[in-house]
Amino acid sequence: MALLEIRNLHAHVEGNEILRGINLTVNAGEVHSIMGPNGSGKSTLAQVLAGKDAYEITEGEVIYNGKDLLDMEPDERACEGVFLAFQYPVEIPGVSTNYFLRAAVNAKRKHHGQDELDAVDFLELVKEKAALVELDSKLLNRAVNEGFSGGEKKRNEIFQMSVLDPTLAILDETDSGLDIDALKTVAHGVNTLRGPERAMIVVTHYQRLLDYIVPDFVHVLREGRIVKSGGKELALELEAKGYAWVDEEIKTAAAAS
Amino acid sequence: MPDASNTLEQWEKQEYKYGFVTDIEADAAPPGLNEDIIRFISAKKREPEFMLEWRLKAYRHWLTMTEPTWANIKYPPINYQDIVYYSSPIKDEDRPKSLDDVDPKLLETYEKLGIPLAERAALAGVAVDAVFDSVSVATTYKKKLGELGIIFCSFSEAVHEHPELIKKYLGTVVPYTDNFFATLNSAVFSDGSFVYVPKGVHCPMELSTYFRINAQSTGQFERTLIIADEGAHVSYLEGCTAPMRDENQLHAAVVELIAHKDATIKYSTIQNWYPGDKNGVGGIYNFVTKRGICAEENSRISWTQVETGSSITWKYPSVVLKGDNSVGEFYSVALTNLCQQADTGTKMIHIGKNTKSTIISKGISAGRGQNTYRGGVRINKGASNARNYTQCDSMLIGEDCGAHTFPYIEVKNTSAHMEHEASTSKIGEDQLFYCNQRGIKLEDAVSMIVNGFCKEVFRELPMEFAVEAQKLLEVSLEGSVG
Ligand SMILES: Nc1ncnc2c1ncn2[C@@H]1O[C@H](COP(=O)(O)OP(=O)(O)OP(=O)(O)O)[C@@H](O)[C@H]1O
Ligand SMILES: [Mg+2]
Repeated sequence: MALLEIRNLHAHVEGNEILRGINLTVNAGEVHSIMGPNGSGKSTLAQVLAGKDAYEITEGEVIYNGKDLLDMEPDERACEGVFLAFQYPVEIPGVSTNYFLRAAVNAKRKHHGQDELDAVDFLELVKEKAALVELDSKLLNRAVNEGFSGGEKKRNEIFQMSVLDPTLAILDETDSGLDIDALKTVAHGVNTLRGPERAMIVVTHYQRLLDYIVPDFVHVLREGRIVKSGGKELALELEAKGYAWVDEEIKTAAAAS
Repeated sequence: MPDASNTLEQWEKQEYKYGFVTDIEADAAPPGLNEDIIRFISAKKREPEFMLEWRLKAYRHWLTMTEPTWANIKYPPINYQDIVYYSSPIKDEDRPKSLDDVDPKLLETYEKLGIPLAERAALAGVAVDAVFDSVSVATTYKKKLGELGIIFCSFSEAVHEHPELIKKYLGTVVPYTDNFFATLNSAVFSDGSFVYVPKGVHCPMELSTYFRINAQSTGQFERTLIIADEGAHVSYLEGCTAPMRDENQLHAAVVELIAHKDATIKYSTIQNWYPGDKNGVGGIYNFVTKRGICAEENSRISWTQVETGSSITWKYPSVVLKGDNSVGEFYSVALTNLCQQADTGTKMIHIGKNTKSTIISKGISAGRGQNTYRGGVRINKGASNARNYTQCDSMLIGEDCGAHTFPYIEVKNTSAHMEHEASTSKIGEDQLFYCNQRGIKLEDAVSMIVNGFCKEVFRELPMEFAVEAQKLLEVSLEGSVG
C-alpha cells in the first residue's frame, strides 16, 4: 500500500479552481520533487495536504496510511506524521521557539499515548537537532520566526521537521532564500531524515537543490495538473529547456495520439 | 481618639432629628440611599465622627452629580434606590460547611486554573474556621509585617486603629468630589484594605495571600488606601483568578496610592468577576477609580492589571507624577468575550521634571466582546523633559467583536518626548494554521498566541500570578474559536 495516494484532487479558492485533478502516488522510502512555474498550484497542493481550510475540495480523495486524509483536522494530520515546511514561515510574537516546539512535540506524543517530554529531555533532543542543521541555539529563545532572517526561517523549518520526526514531509521551496552553505546544511538535515519508513515531497524551482537531495521522481505541475513525470534527469532537462518545452512535449504527444 | 461607642450614642440621639428609622440591629439596610442609610452604615461600623462627616459630604456632593455617559459601554439604567448599601458580612453558619457543599462546576474551574487546594475552600467561601489554618497563616503574616512596622489591615480596622493616617491621606488622591462612582463609593464604602509601609522599609512579601483569604468580606464598594513612606517598597496584589460571583451587580471601588520620596508601589490586579451569560445577563458592573500619586521625587508607581471578568469594566488606573524624576507605569491586559464590555486605560499626569511614564495596553476581543482603550497623557507646563511611551495593541478573535482606541495627549511643555505605537490585528488564520500544522490543537493554539501577545504585561506580574494569569486567559477564551 502506498503511503500517500492522491486521486483526481480538485481544489477551489474563492471560486477559482486551482487544483484540477491531481493524481500522485508516493510510497514509503521515496522522495518526490514537484516543480512548476509560479502560480501553478504547488503551494496549494502542499497546503491542501496539510489541511488549510481556505481551500474547498470539490472532487477527489487523498489516502494517507490507509486513512482518509481530507477527513482529518490539520493538527490530527500533523500528529499522524504529516509535516509541512512552509514557503513563508509564520511569526508568532511573544511565544518562544522552544516553548512552541515543546508544545508541538508533546501534542504528538500525547496523540500516540506517550508521556510528555520534560524540559530536560526536550532540551537534549533540541540541542542535537539544532546542531544537525547548524541552527544558532540563541534563536530558540526568541519568539517563533520573529525577526528571523529569511534563511534562519527556512533553517528553523527543517530544524522543527527533524525534531518532530515526520512520516511524510512536504517541503515548500525550502531552498529559496538560502545561501549555498545553508542549502547544503539544510539538505544534510533532510537527507538524515531519509529512510525506508518515510517519504518526502520537495517543492522547488531549482535543479540545484536536487543535486543535494536527489529525488526518486520529478513531477511537473502546470495549471493545477501534473503534466509530466520522470526520474531525476527530468529536473536537469527542465533547467536546460524551460517549461515551454514541457508544453511543446504535451502538444506533440496530444497530436500523436 | 474618638470613641466608637460614643459616636454611636451621639448618633442615636440624633435619630429623630434625621428621621432615622432603620433598626440598628438589622443585618442589612433597606434598599435605597439617603443620609439615614449613610449614618446607619457608619454606625454599624462604629466609625468616628470624622468618617461619618466625610461620607455625608460625599453623599451631598453625589446628589449634585449625574452618571457619566462618555464611556463606550451600554447598560440598562441603574436604579440607585434599589441597591442595598449595607449588609453584614455573611455569617459562618450561612456559609458552605465544607467543599462538599460547593458547586462542583466552580471547583472544576479552580482545578483548571490550578488554584492550590488549600486556597479553594477559602475562595469558595467555606466558613473560615473550616479552612485549614488560614487564620493562623494570616496571623503569622501580620506578626512578621508588624515587626517591620508595616500596617496591613482592613480599612475599617485602620479607621479605628490609625485614624490619624486615614485623616491625613484619605481622599488626597481621589477626592470625594472626583467622579460619580468614586463619590458614591466615598459615601457608602463597605470595606477594603489599608497598607502603610514606614520609612525605608522594603516589604518582604507580596501583600496578597492574606488578602485573598479575606477577599470575601470587602463588599461591593471597596476602598483601599496604600501609603509607601520615604524609601519604602511594596508590592500588592488584588483579586485572584478564581471566578468571583456576587449577588451585587454594581461594584464601585476606589483605590488610592501614595508614594513618598524614593518610594515604590507596585499594584497588580487580576479581576475575574462573573461576566454574565453569553447574552451578557447577570454579569457584574465594575466601575472603579484607581489613582496613585508620586508625591515626591524619585518615586514610582506601577499598575499591572489582567481584566477578564465583569460584564462591564470601567477603569482607568492613573498616576499623578508630581515629584521630579518620578515614574508611572501601566500594564494592562483586558479580555472581553461573550457580551462583555471593557472601557479601560490610564491617565498619566506629568507635573514634575524628568518624569517618565510607560503605558502598555493589550486588548483582546472575542465572541461579542467590545474592548475600548482610553488613555490620557498630560504634560504640564512645568514638566520639563517628561517622557511617555505608549503602546496599545488590540487583537480580535472572530467576526462579532470590536476594538476601539481613544488616546488623548495634551502637551504643554515643548521638551516633552512622546512615543505612541498602536496596532490592531485579527488573530491570524496563518498563525493558527502554523500551530495546527505542528500538531497543536486549535484552542491551545489560540491561548498560545494570545499569551504571546500579552507577554510584555505578564512579565510585570509577580511570578506565580503570571502563571495563573496565563491559565485564566485560556479558560476565559474557551469556546471562542472553532
Ligand atoms: N487564498 C487565495 N486566494 C486567491 N487566490 C489564491 C489563493 N491561494 C492561492 N491562490 C492562487 O492560486 C494559484 C496557485 O498558487 P500557489 O501558491 O499554489 O502557486 P505556486 O505554484 O506555489 O507558486 P510559486 O512558485 O510562486 O510559489 C495562484 O494563482 C494564486 O494566486
Ligand atoms: Mg508556492
